[in-house]
Amino acid sequence: MKISITINNVKREIEISPSEFLLDVLRRLDYMSVKKGCDTGTCGVCTVLMDGKPVLSCSVLAASADGHEITTIEGLENDPEFKAISTALLEEGADQCGFCSPGLILNVYAMKKELKNPTEEDMKKYLVGNLCRCTGYVPQMRAIKKYFEVKA
Amino acid sequence: MREVKSSIKKVDGYGLVSGKPVYTDDLAPKNSLVVKILRSPHAFARIKNIDTTKAEQLDGVECVLTYKNVPRNIFTRAGQGYPEPSPYDKYILDEYVRYIGDEVAVVAARDEFTAEKAMELLEVEYEVLEPVLDFEKSKGSKSIIHPEKDYQSESFVSSDPENNIAATYEMSIGDIEKEIETSDVVIKERFYTQAQAHVMMEPHTAYSYMDMQGRLVVVTSTQVPFHVRRILARALGIPIKKIRVIKPRVGGGFGGKQAIHGEPYVALVTLKTGKPAKVYYTRKEVFESTYTRHPMRFDITIGADKNGKVNVIDVRGLSDTGAYGEHALTTFMVAGSKVLPMYNKVKAVRFGGDVVYTNHPPAGAYRGYGAIQANFAIESAMDMLAEKLNMDPVKLREINMIRENETSPIFKIMGEGREGVDMIVRSCKLDECVEKGAKKIDWENKFRSKKEGKKVKGVGMAIAMQGSGIAKIDMGAATLKLNEDGSFNLLIGATDIGTGSDTILSQIAADVLNVSTENIIPYSSDTDVTPFDVGAYASSTTYVSGNAVKKAAEMMKEEIIKAGAEYFEVPVEEVEFDGKEIKAGDKKIALRKLAEILYYNENQKQLSTTGSYVGEESPPPFMAGFAEVEVDTETGKVDLLNYVAVVDCGTPINPNLAKVQVEGGLAQGIGMAMYEEVKYDKNGRLLTNNLMNYKIPSRVDIKNLDVELVESYEPTGPFGAKSVGEIGIDTPPAAIANAIYNAIGVRIKDLPITPEKVLKALKNK
Repeated sequence: MKISITINNVKREIEISPSEFLLDVLRRLDYMSVKKGCDTGTCGVCTVLMDGKPVLSCSVLAASADGHEITTIEGLENDPEFKAISTALLEEGADQCGFCSPGLILNVYAMKKELKNPTEEDMKKYLVGNLCRCTGYVPQMRAIKKYFEVKA
Repeated sequence: MREVKSSIKKVDGYGLVSGKPVYTDDLAPKNSLVVKILRSPHAFARIKNIDTTKAEQLDGVECVLTYKNVPRNIFTRAGQGYPEPSPYDKYILDEYVRYIGDEVAVVAARDEFTAEKAMELLEVEYEVLEPVLDFEKSKGSKSIIHPEKDYQSESFVSSDPENNIAATYEMSIGDIEKEIETSDVVIKERFYTQAQAHVMMEPHTAYSYMDMQGRLVVVTSTQVPFHVRRILARALGIPIKKIRVIKPRVGGGFGGKQAIHGEPYVALVTLKTGKPAKVYYTRKEVFESTYTRHPMRFDITIGADKNGKVNVIDVRGLSDTGAYGEHALTTFMVAGSKVLPMYNKVKAVRFGGDVVYTNHPPAGAYRGYGAIQANFAIESAMDMLAEKLNMDPVKLREINMIRENETSPIFKIMGEGREGVDMIVRSCKLDECVEKGAKKIDWENKFRSKKEGKKVKGVGMAIAMQGSGIAKIDMGAATLKLNEDGSFNLLIGATDIGTGSDTILSQIAADVLNVSTENIIPYSSDTDVTPFDVGAYASSTTYVSGNAVKKAAEMMKEEIIKAGAEYFEVPVEEVEFDGKEIKAGDKKIALRKLAEILYYNENQKQLSTTGSYVGEESPPPFMAGFAEVEVDTETGKVDLLNYVAVVDCGTPINPNLAKVQVEGGLAQGIGMAMYEEVKYDKNGRLLTNNLMNYKIPSRVDIKNLDVELVESYEPTGPFGAKSVGEIGIDTPPAAIANAIYNAIGVRIKDLPITPEKVLKALKNK
């Protein structure tokens, strides 16, 4: 079947199979920032934004993205918010293996738009689905708090 | 220019956070055949017959492999040095399957859908055998897990496959029985540690293709590219020179990618079809069909005099290596060698036991291997001893622990798989770690505080040591190459798996050459291009590879001075190089200009140097961990309120990255202490085969981690550094168990410490 998705502000007509998940379609189209980690919607590395809201692309059928806007990290590279989040992560050394970073950053990006003056607990709850095995989360949270403070 | 001791950003960081296609699967050719592995539904069985006809006839299927059409060369996937300390007990595919998830057959097809369909068409007939699922009953069981005739192991590995023993080890110093008898206080306890899964975020993945010279190229998410090349050569029966292994960025490893897993399968498919092939493990396969941490049982006896001086430590261990014996011997030995030297003032010490096979998924390398298991047992027992002595556990550690310029006979007796090396601990600030940690957690007040109410707080502690590489075995090498613009390529076999080693190794080279780290271009690792390095394991990179880089950089500095002397036509002694300019008296030339001349104009040559390093010793990093918990006595729930970790890893090259290594290690140690457990049903089927059933700590579970690095100077390390990759994981199990005891008087001796266990123990109190 054919669907139409706007990916990173570019409208694309895409041939998909009805059983394909958005994750696999995006990777097939070379949006390699979207990672495959767990197959069960539990690790967060496949996070993308659908109409600005974070979704797990491994659990979203590509067909249901028809007519929607999808944002991946590739689409944010020139966004000042992305620059600020990623710089904070890099400064704290919170980018270890980096496999969870794109998903985490997209979720932080969405959280910034959604929550006003979140506490650390609010942030942790919002980001709880983004698992990380390298950093113990602590440097990531230092970076994210710093990002919120600087921008506030 | 001081480039070390500086918390610069990771050199690969921006590429990672901006989602560049840098991991194995991002790079796989689009036309790769998709490789899928049919896995055993039985814990132990012999394949009577496999009919592949229907699968092979399916349109789009290019290759089906079974034990009948693959090379039958026995090998080990462990990914260690050579000769290998793990038994040779694995075939690429075998007629025996030894755990639920073991490889039965391999299918390669033009897409995933076809490959999966083909797997359904494979008809396999099994003769189901009686599995061994209880490691305490494995030795001498009627079921022999490895009956194969060509099973073998090196002479220093005492395997006994007929009794299901992968390895056995015994050592003893002094008169154990006499010391126990004459001790005023004796503790005798049994402890259990569980299997733990690595859960690196990137699953195991590899792809392969033939290059234009007909050589096999394998690109893989591995910690050990050079070991992969050697092991593949053996397993496939082709020369090493016909294989090239490339490691792109790796999405975490923690020991799980020290072994080879999917590589032989893609390689064989490529060799048979001539086409690129890729494999990407599902998370279920990662859980079910790679590795876990070795579950262990320990019987600990500690004897001390009434003043708290420990006279004797006796450790009897039993380790479960699962279906294959990867890291069986070495993990077990580390349980002794990376824990017992901490208490170096004993008069007698003994360590021994068996590592047995079972029909569970194989155990293998996992960060802190052996050390974390034995640390839980011994550091728990030390607290029990302290209580019996009516002594503060901190004081008991202070009386008995190792200090700077001391040694332990164990260093010489126990290496990894073989004899170790004699060494003096030249840098050790463990005393300062304990003192600082106690102060930070407010031990004096909190340890003695009244314990009452529904929710009770308590503090507990543990100390730990690790190593820095494997002395006299682990070699690392690095090559520096001067470019025409005065920058340098740094080619390293060392394997950055997310740890930041490309960054710190560049910092070391930059510091020696007195240039900015930006002028060093690191590349790791590719067996055709970079020099040899054993890879990322055993806390070796900072120390072993770091020393190799330092050597290469010192040699490069000399080469630059030599080239300057030739250019100025003066003796070498008159020439200086300050990182920017080469000077001789009032003559000077910029490095950039000299580099350009050396490329194009006069006395032309490529300046290139290679440094190699193998540790004469393995200086241990040390740490003290202090946990503060709050236990809900009605539900058994334990909240870890604070964790203070004070670490001596020498002089850190990049303090920030060293700190993050400890923070990440702590979180995994906390996971092992409180949350994580690999569980099977009664038939040996894995129950915890996804991230919903297998719980790793989430962002909400990890509260305050307070990590401080106490600086020491390790004279044999690069710029005083020791390694730091593993030490952070070691203390949480014991420190948390001790804190729970100090809060509510309940001693949990088997991990993980779940609310159920706490509540049950409270009821039985």
